Amino acid sequence: MRIGSGAGFAGDRIEPAEDLLRRAGLDYLVLECLAERTIALGQQRRLLDPDAGYDPRLVARFERLLPLAQDNGVRIVTNMGAANPLAAGRVTRRLLGATGTVAVVTGDDVLAGLDLDAPAIEDGVALRLHGEVVSANAYLGADAIMPALDAGADVVLTGRVADPSLFLAPIAHRLGWDLADTRHAACGTLIGHLLECAGQLTGGYFADPGRRDVPGLAELGFPFAEVEPDGRAIFRKLPGTGGQLSRATAREQLLYEITDPAAYRTPDVVLDLRAVTVTAHGVDTVQVAGAVGRPRPDQLKVSVGYRAGYRAEAGISYVGPNAARRAALAHEIVTTRLAGVGLRLRAEVLGGGDEYRLRVAASGRDRALLDEVGFEVEALYTNGPAGGGGVRVHTGEVIGIVSTFVPRQRVAPSVTLMEAPDDPAT
Amino acid sequence: MTLLHDLAHCRAGDKGNLATLSVIPYDDELYPLLVREVTVERVREHLARFVDGEVVRYELPNLCALLFVCEHISDGGVTTSLALDTHGKTLSSRLLSLPLELEASPC
Repeated sequence: MRIGSGAGFAGDRIEPAEDLLRRAGLDYLVLECLAERTIALGQQRRLLDPDAGYDPRLVARFERLLPLAQDNGVRIVTNMGAANPLAAGRVTRRLLGATGTVAVVTGDDVLAGLDLDAPAIEDGVALRLHGEVVSANAYLGADAIMPALDAGADVVLTGRVADPSLFLAPIAHRLGWDLADTRHAACGTLIGHLLECAGQLTGGYFADPGRRDVPGLAELGFPFAEVEPDGRAIFRKLPGTGGQLSRATAREQLLYEITDPAAYRTPDVVLDLRAVTVTAHGVDTVQVAGAVGRPRPDQLKVSVGYRAGYRAEAGISYVGPNAARRAALAHEIVTTRLAGVGLRLRAEVLGGGDEYRLRVAASGRDRALLDEVGFEVEALYTNGPAGGGGVRVHTGEVIGIVSTFVPRQRVAPSVTLMEAPDDPAT
Repeated sequence: MTLLHDLAHCRAGDKGNLATLSVIPYDDELYPLLVREVTVERVREHLARFVDGEVVRYELPNLCALLFVCEHISDGGVTTSLALDTHGKTLSSRLLSLPLELEASPC
């Protein structure tokens, strides 16, 4: 079977996914668009508008991708449902037109039953003590997506699902794998982990001119995998696209965000990467094998969003002769003026050569107090060293994220099907 | 002087308040040298301004790669950090500036 990666984050480029849909002969295209904090921001939007809260670029992305997916018989799995998968499903159903079924996976939102006295994994402090909790989403696994695929959905929309599970589910569905078979779950999770950041496998985030030159980065192609029933996988990118898929790029992505190579935990499996091998198979073609799995964890990780107050950021630049010392003087002045205001403050001089920028950042609960940061940096124009310019000030709310665990039994995923209005099945 | 940048590439990732840093030699034969030279102590010292917690090194001989997992405690992680690079993505390039004292033979 063939599975492609059409987005590795919410803001990812759309052209490479169009190209994959046209030319890669895919069975499935996965769009991974949901970072940890994104869902908490979506939850905020949903509180203001019950029809909002899904990925803000969903319509723009799907207007371009859905017609190509339909023409080429490619099914799509994506977490663009974010904090409101059902609303995302309804919009997607409309975009599909006369034919096509949308399936929506829900059940990741566990805010209602969350024990706010439970400690956060990161610091052991009770969740409630971090600030007002605004979202709590359990990482669902491939088992939550399988019923949607079994029902024949053309597009599957989810909220929070572990990134590799977005890939494992369609692979297992297509190849008839049993998710309880840890060997298969490990193979599919490894494939998903390699594909989940899209262009980061094919030469994105790799180039270092003169040291690691990557051809055609402006036309970077995204990867797809050919997966055999026994779990072996060959990774490729389309001919004529830019980028590079090599042992080097594949190993960088393999180890990306791995905190324990013996135990990469997902809701589906505990993946052991220590015996994995990466072999080049000709131009822009890599084979990856050797995934080992142990049974899935009994607990699911939950990402908890809380109001962490506000953050202010301001900067001013100094250039030309003696710029470093003028920036350092500005640093001294502004930290003196802001001392005692009671903010968590960070001031630093960035830059080099003949161009330096003083950057001041602060956080706190009192927005009015944080505005002082911007005022004081701006005041350096007429109350600071010579020649400062380019002041920019930004203040915004901060959503913090911590994690906790819940027993698997407490999370109940479900699938809602949305069929075409004139579909004979409805 | 030889820098790690001359021999290897690196990618940084983040999970909560952990930064992950892979170190991968351009040439597999340089892997034993990296195992010998790019130690936890040297990495902790080199990144001291940015990493204030525990540093753990994993050796991955099958991949000819090292993986460092570094705790940065005081800045509070990606979502509440006051750093410009809240994710610590640029730590990879900081690590590649590590100077290496090379003996005559690279292996």
